[in-house]
Amino acid sequence: MKIGVLALQGDFAEHIVMLRSLGVETVEVRLPEHLNGLDGLIIPGGESTTIGKLAAAYNLMEPLQTFGQRHAIWGTCAGAIFLSKDVSRDQPLLSLMDIKVERNAFGRQLDSFEADLDIPELKQATGTEAPYHAIFIRAPIIESVSGGARVLSTVPDGRIVAAQQGHLLATSFHPELTNDTRFHEYFLSLVD
Amino acid sequence: MEQQTGTFAVKKGLAQMLKGGVIMDVVNAEQAKIAEEAGACAVMALERVPADIRADGGVARMSDPDMILKIMDAVTIPVMAKCRIGHFVEAQILEAIGIDYIDESEVLTPADEANHILKHNFKVPFVCGCRNLGEALRRVGEGAAMIRTKGEAGTGDVVEAVRHARTVLGDIRRLTTMADEELMSYAKELGAPYELIKETKELGRMPVVNFAAGGVATPADAALMMQLGVDGVFVGSGIFKSGDPAKRAAAIVKAVTHYQDATILAEVSKNLGEPMVGRNVSQMPEGEKIAGRGW
Repeated sequence: MKIGVLALQGDFAEHIVMLRSLGVETVEVRLPEHLNGLDGLIIPGGESTTIGKLAAAYNLMEPLQTFGQRHAIWGTCAGAIFLSKDVSRDQPLLSLMDIKVERNAFGRQLDSFEADLDIPELKQATGTEAPYHAIFIRAPIIESVSGGARVLSTVPDGRIVAAQQGHLLATSFHPELTNDTRFHEYFLSLVD
Repeated sequence: MEQQTGTFAVKKGLAQMLKGGVIMDVVNAEQAKIAEEAGACAVMALERVPADIRADGGVARMSDPDMILKIMDAVTIPVMAKCRIGHFVEAQILEAIGIDYIDESEVLTPADEANHILKHNFKVPFVCGCRNLGEALRRVGEGAAMIRTKGEAGTGDVVEAVRHARTVLGDIRRLTTMADEELMSYAKELGAPYELIKETKELGRMPVVNFAAGGVATPADAALMMQLGVDGVFVGSGIFKSGDPAKRAAAIVKAVTHYQDATILAEVSKNLGEPMVGRNVSQMPEGEKIAGRGW
């Protein structure tokens, strides 16, 4: 299995370390030709405006959209924003997932937080019971899901922080900043 | 559900989100928007860029909070601001206005010539400058969640940035080849906390994100720092003291992403207009250098 990590900007190296610890071959994706031969792709955390502008500048938008029709893609934080179809402002989006996202929805950096989440699918898929300890950095929320997208997890006030649409996955938080590999394992289970 | 804010993981985490990016000095909302539009991953809000601080002389202090707030309102990317070394009240003020990161910076006039701020006391994360691994790990020991090599700010001369990055990364390379019983002695030699020396050896890298700063003026300078092994770059005077800031800013962003691709580096280096004039550090009187500030 060969998984690409979009390496335009952000914490792509952290995702690569996580994937390698699971024995997965990884590729840094900066140009369209780097998508050839990949089985799945992770879009890391970072600044969504920066990632979007660089993707547009190097003609990655259409190849990424085509890739996502058939292959698993997971976006964490900025990556989730990039996968969405609406962020209520003008910036490049892949519009692959039927989710509407609000950027920096919890506030600024002083409001960044850690919390335990209950994610039934994750427990079931990995056969584990422990709650998932999630790290949110100036995090977005998924305001609403529609079409084929469904909610995977919420914070206690009901705001959506993880969603899935077939082989596409979006999380507001950063599994790559933890030592818990379960979310990466869950993503790999979506890869054909 | 217990939500914990201000933890070291979230402080360090924001720096991890900035990796592979360019943090640009801006002096007003208009420049901040140009930086965001060019693809900056964060901006540093300050009243005068380092080149002007040098030219003006006098005491350089924290910027007016109102000016910083206007920049925070103007962009969606993280906003950083500088306080003086050891001036923990300036840091308290910056935290109170909700800044995303504080740079305890040698570019401003130091407020304490013996001590830095105890950064563990704050919920807001700090970035600090360094010239070698010992200085970097002393700052991490005080609670810095991000490090940048100092270079010589406001000169447009990359030589000091290279010197400091090579020193820090060389110190780490030496550390990774050492036997465990040699670490205490190395900690003593560097003046670094022993536990952090051990952690750095185990990780094979700095325990927090490490950017380059001080003298980066061109896309080639930025890519040079990336190839040397830093995680991203700060560009201070180099953008808005140049002939075409928007174009140069976008080119430096692209150069940091494609730092290993000389064809792309050649493309983005074309027709950028006048770079900042710059000052040759080797011909600068010792008293004018600021990298030595920090203890």
